[in-house]
Amino acid sequence: MRKFLSGNEAFAEGVRLARPQVISAYPITPQTTVVEALASMVEEGSLTCEYLHVESEHTALAAAMGAAATGARTFTATSSQGLLYMAECLTYASGGRFPIVMMNANRALALPWNIYGDQRDSLSLLDHGWIQVYAENNQEALDLALMAYAVAEDERVSLPVMVNVDGFALTHTYESVEVPAAEDADAFLPPYRTANRFNFEHPVSIGYSAGPEFNGHYQYWHHRDMLTAEAVVEEVEARFAATCGRRYPGLVDAYRCEDADFVLVTLGSVAGIARDVADELRAAGKRAGVLRIRYLRPVPGRQLAEALAGAAAVGVLEKDISFGGDGGAVFSTVLAACARRGVARSALNFIGGLGGADISRDQVRACFADLERLAAGQGEAGQVVFLGIDDEEGGPR
Amino acid sequence: MTVNARNITDEEFFYGHKACPGCGGALVVRQVLKVLGPHAVSALPAGCMSAVGFNFPQLAFGNNATITPFAATAAVLSGIRAGLAAQGTAPEDCTVVGFAGDGGTADIGLQALSGAIDRNDDVLYICYDNEAYMNTGIQKSGLTPFGASTTTTPAGQSEHGCLTQKKSLFDIVAAHGIPYAATASVGYLSDFLKKVERARDVRGTRFIHVMAPCPVGWGFPSEDMVDVAKEIVDTGLWYLAEYEGPALSGMPGGTFRLNRNPKAFKPIEPYLRRQGRFRADDGADLAAIEAARDERWAYMRERWA
Repeated sequence: MRKFLSGNEAFAEGVRLARPQVISAYPITPQTTVVEALASMVEEGSLTCEYLHVESEHTALAAAMGAAATGARTFTATSSQGLLYMAECLTYASGGRFPIVMMNANRALALPWNIYGDQRDSLSLLDHGWIQVYAENNQEALDLALMAYAVAEDERVSLPVMVNVDGFALTHTYESVEVPAAEDADAFLPPYRTANRFNFEHPVSIGYSAGPEFNGHYQYWHHRDMLTAEAVVEEVEARFAATCGRRYPGLVDAYRCEDADFVLVTLGSVAGIARDVADELRAAGKRAGVLRIRYLRPVPGRQLAEALAGAAAVGVLEKDISFGGDGGAVFSTVLAACARRGVARSALNFIGGLGGADISRDQVRACFADLERLAAGQGEAGQVVFLGIDDEEGGPR
Repeated sequence: MTVNARNITDEEFFYGHKACPGCGGALVVRQVLKVLGPHAVSALPAGCMSAVGFNFPQLAFGNNATITPFAATAAVLSGIRAGLAAQGTAPEDCTVVGFAGDGGTADIGLQALSGAIDRNDDVLYICYDNEAYMNTGIQKSGLTPFGASTTTTPAGQSEHGCLTQKKSLFDIVAAHGIPYAATASVGYLSDFLKKVERARDVRGTRFIHVMAPCPVGWGFPSEDMVDVAKEIVDTGLWYLAEYEGPALSGMPGGTFRLNRNPKAFKPIEPYLRRQGRFRADDGADLAAIEAARDERWAYMRERWA
């Protein structure tokens, strides 16, 4: 059924179709309307689950862990400071191998206090052991709500998934969205079954401590299974296409990259503008491409290196900043993935959209213009360009 | 059937752990799990009992159990209960029980505990109180009593130990209108176990604050632990009480009961003198401790007796 939904409403529809057994909910802008929508579904009886009104994000995730330890399918959602407040529990949940699905409405971090969208919240927590995926639009957000459970609960993976949805740009923006039929969703996502749960015939300790002689093995298995998620994502997307009719392209979404001279890499909702501008450039005979990162954990290293191997210049546009760092987290990830695979490319890092600042079409055009010059052997590689800031602050660094 | 020394099960659900000799907390966990039986699910935050019971591959719990983030004992309990409820396990068939220390409860875990009581989640929360952060090496908590030397309130020339009074955790919990709350001491074990049994059979959130002395942190011989746990009650420095919330008591605001209300207390000086943590306390400190005790008992007797 086609509906006109905000990103949050679309995500809530996806969660309803996933039939979580326990939801722990705590409000934070711009996530709030997700938990509101789910509360309404519970009230009207279209969603049957235990809905916990928890008193903090820390408890939201801790309660989800407790529920997951009983073998229940669980959902929670957060944003920004809330995500940071539950950060301690992120490693408990992933180390406990609980396949919790959490929506994160990407939002800036204080101070200065700001409720608008950038991606510093989730990008600052890349190494807390969660699979991280970024939606571009409301349809993908809804579909990811379902697919995330299928990936998370696959016994080869058994890890939590954070589905990132750009604050306001998606969460509060309405689009036409196709909502899968319940029977199709049920066919795609069967009930959760796991051995990683309390067992009344053979009682178990689910979470425990492991000293130096064992600890590294647990971390290694966690890493190994996160890497396995790559293949599982592709399998899950193939099943989703077969049951629900939409096909997704795996860890990255490459657009006109095959023969591109220069490629802009980005993630989330800004990718649409980037593709529009690439089309403009293609129409003018310039070979521009866009590579949208969908999954940032596991890192799509092979896909990045392959897609960027033919380009003379690569830009990374991200709503993130690494204070005192060598470019943003996405930039560092892309460069490392390429370098590790012997693909050295002239690269620029474009930092924009901080605190919800608009990334305009003209700014994206300017990014591509910089890349075009770099591909032609002009300009200096390795620069970190702050969109809308450099002009006032004295140029790129 | 009332649990007593004769009929309590020989089955062990907390066994092979690494707790120190004479550990009050370990006695709490062991005895409570005997009352609750094999279908209990336990959650323990960072702290002494998780540090001694969850060392892979030497896992000491005979029932289902998990470690939790420090602040999240009650939060994880709520989640476990919700997960079981969603899958059709009735509360009568499985007690979801948390064991957290004084710091894990009265300090970092208080918010989550308050939330669970607010939701009236069907869980049993046991605070084993050894009056400081013992697992990390005897640092002051919100339940460390006045005058006690800890590694962060070291007794010296200018200060003789902890400068603050013990937080009134039982009153804080009761103020939520929780269905059932109690205080206890491992020195009065049958009283404690009766309360555990009572709490097991009440629905909604239940809370027991049990005094569990720590030979290492308090500075007394390990074989004296039960005796010290008795003496803290007999001196009036701890009290045995129950609270029944409005639903159970039928009274708006609920009802309190003092389980022991002696006409006279044992003198506090021998109790303090047998413990290293009060070594620096002088006559003025003793007088202050006694005055605070008398004030507390006047309050309780006026309202609860």
